[in-house]
Amino acid sequence: MTVSQIEVGAEVEDLVQRAPWPVLLMDMIRRKPLGAAGAFIVVFFILIAAFANVIAPYDPTANAFDRMHMAPGAEHWFGTDQFGRDLMSRLIYGARTALFVGFVAAFVGSTLGLVLGVASAYFGGLFDLVLQRIMDVFMAFPLIIMALAVVAILGSGIQNVIIAITIPFIPHCARVVRSSALSVREIPYIDAARACGFGHSRIILRHMVPNVMAPYLIMLTAFVGQAILLEASLSYLGLGVQEPTPAWGLMLQGGAEEYAESAPWIAIFPGLAITLAVFAFNLFGDAVRDALDPKLRSQ
Amino acid sequence: MATTCQSWIVYRQVSSIDTGAREILPFRFGYACNALPLPNGVSVTALLEIEDLRTQFFTSAGTVQAVDGISYTVEPGETVAIVGESGCGKSVGALSILQLIPDPPGRIVGGAIRFQGRDLLQASDQEMRDIRGRDIAMVFQEPMTSLNPVLTIGRQLTETLEHHLGMSRPDADARALELLGMVGISDPKRRLRQYPHHLSGGMRQRVMIAMALCCEPKLIIADEPTTALDVTIQAQILELMKDLTKRLGVALIVITHNLGVVARYADRVNVMYAGKIIERGDAGEIYRNPRHPYTLGLLRSVPRMDLPRKDKLDPIEGQPPDLTRLDGGCPFRPRCRFAVDRCATEMPRLEAVDGEHFSACWQADALTATERVAS
Repeated sequence: MTVSQIEVGAEVEDLVQRAPWPVLLMDMIRRKPLGAAGAFIVVFFILIAAFANVIAPYDPTANAFDRMHMAPGAEHWFGTDQFGRDLMSRLIYGARTALFVGFVAAFVGSTLGLVLGVASAYFGGLFDLVLQRIMDVFMAFPLIIMALAVVAILGSGIQNVIIAITIPFIPHCARVVRSSALSVREIPYIDAARACGFGHSRIILRHMVPNVMAPYLIMLTAFVGQAILLEASLSYLGLGVQEPTPAWGLMLQGGAEEYAESAPWIAIFPGLAITLAVFAFNLFGDAVRDALDPKLRSQ
Repeated sequence: MATTCQSWIVYRQVSSIDTGAREILPFRFGYACNALPLPNGVSVTALLEIEDLRTQFFTSAGTVQAVDGISYTVEPGETVAIVGESGCGKSVGALSILQLIPDPPGRIVGGAIRFQGRDLLQASDQEMRDIRGRDIAMVFQEPMTSLNPVLTIGRQLTETLEHHLGMSRPDADARALELLGMVGISDPKRRLRQYPHHLSGGMRQRVMIAMALCCEPKLIIADEPTTALDVTIQAQILELMKDLTKRLGVALIVITHNLGVVARYADRVNVMYAGKIIERGDAGEIYRNPRHPYTLGLLRSVPRMDLPRKDKLDPIEGQPPDLTRLDGGCPFRPRCRFAVDRCATEMPRLEAVDGEHFSACWQADALTATERVAS
């Protein structure tokens, strides 16, 4: 009797899994319209960044001093900046910088946080205490101040910007993951894994990490948006990406200070791009959280 | 040692008939016999010999003497039951063997655990990891939570095989299939690819047993293996464990509070109370002729179908003692109907009352007469 019940359960599950993906996609759009919108914008930005060299109408770094401060029009859809560079091309290439920094910093930061958080919860005791106090010190600084300090030490440049953004992410992710891992730690299968004679690293990486994937993925998606914003902030402050590399924060800085009245489009379009990207990643992150939270999933 | 090898060969034949998986037979023949090199001059009688084991938990409320000087032995192929109520230290005692006590707050503070003549308490972490799962395996109480939800059944089985025996993936897969067949899981091929949530509690416990058996250990510790299962499944699982351990010559320590389990499946019984073993003997002998008031109380508090139906069961009054505040006397004294003055001052030692039957009670001799009168 028990067996037949399980058979039926498994069959039903197989059926659910076999639904074609367009149906699943439509289902997702209907149930989570905001999340779907976020996902579409994210995909849109990724495509733009990936095919920047195909899409961009002009060379983003080529100065054209006969076309300075041109208003948006047929020739330059978003206008030109103070060096006559096409703003749309710079925005398109800027997406590359933003997404590259955003994804790399978010991935490295949250992954390091994941391992540290799980290890902290698994070992407990003094190791946990010391590690968490170090994390406390890092978290005492606001994200932007921390990043500023790192750039001040390492110097600017895209690599150092990524490091500067990564470091403050680590403790945030580690803290969240640790709290999940603490509860996983108490579930008997971890004891069972120890009773099987597995070593610490195998238990942490194979048995605990996959069970705290939900908070990890949520932190990861949230961090991408934050990293884009941080990169823009650092570039705006002159500590991030340097000219002439196209970066949204840098374009904002050049435009906002001097030409806010005479050529506002120089600042408006990069600002819109930053806003849209961060907004999209946040919506996407919320949808991911809802999808991974078992309490919300059933509704 | 020789017996282990023989039974192992027998098992290989039996299991290959079961699943028809004859081609996977010749894998690392005979490793089970030389897993632990013995120091010279040590004669091995018992498979496992626990001597005066003390495990304590250091908490803010005080030191909990969870296991307070227990000694027992397990012979190769034998089934030994550890019986007692919740919190009497039976699980802690078993976890101490594999050194799985969470530290802090727990610590093994004294005694010796000799497995094949070698003291496990002196073994390094790496040596312990090699022993766990390969020489001594464990079956946990909760089949619902003892399997990792994100790994397939097959992966959880093959992981141990690859880890301890260095098997290749295809070999391990074939062996996993064979093991699932052995523990009576239908359609094992499909089960290998499924996740724990696809399986019922009884099936999961079968998988746990398969995992415990996969490296052909010499000892399996089953910590209340049937408590979380419903009654019909309990009997099946116990029969399966009994059958497999007998067939493969694996010794089994069953930790339980279910006296029915003990009577039917154990060769010898250790009754624990407040961290101490208070009675030991042959399972049938303890049932027929309990020589400790606690064991007597336990037997009387269980409904029995072979006795005239009474209106009410006869429970043991009172609560088990606070393990942080034990005095020198017998811990069962406040609940004991047979207590005398001496019980308050002196803890009786576990002494032979009748051949292989041991009891730790000043009144052990008086108990026989009283009990006969009562029943």
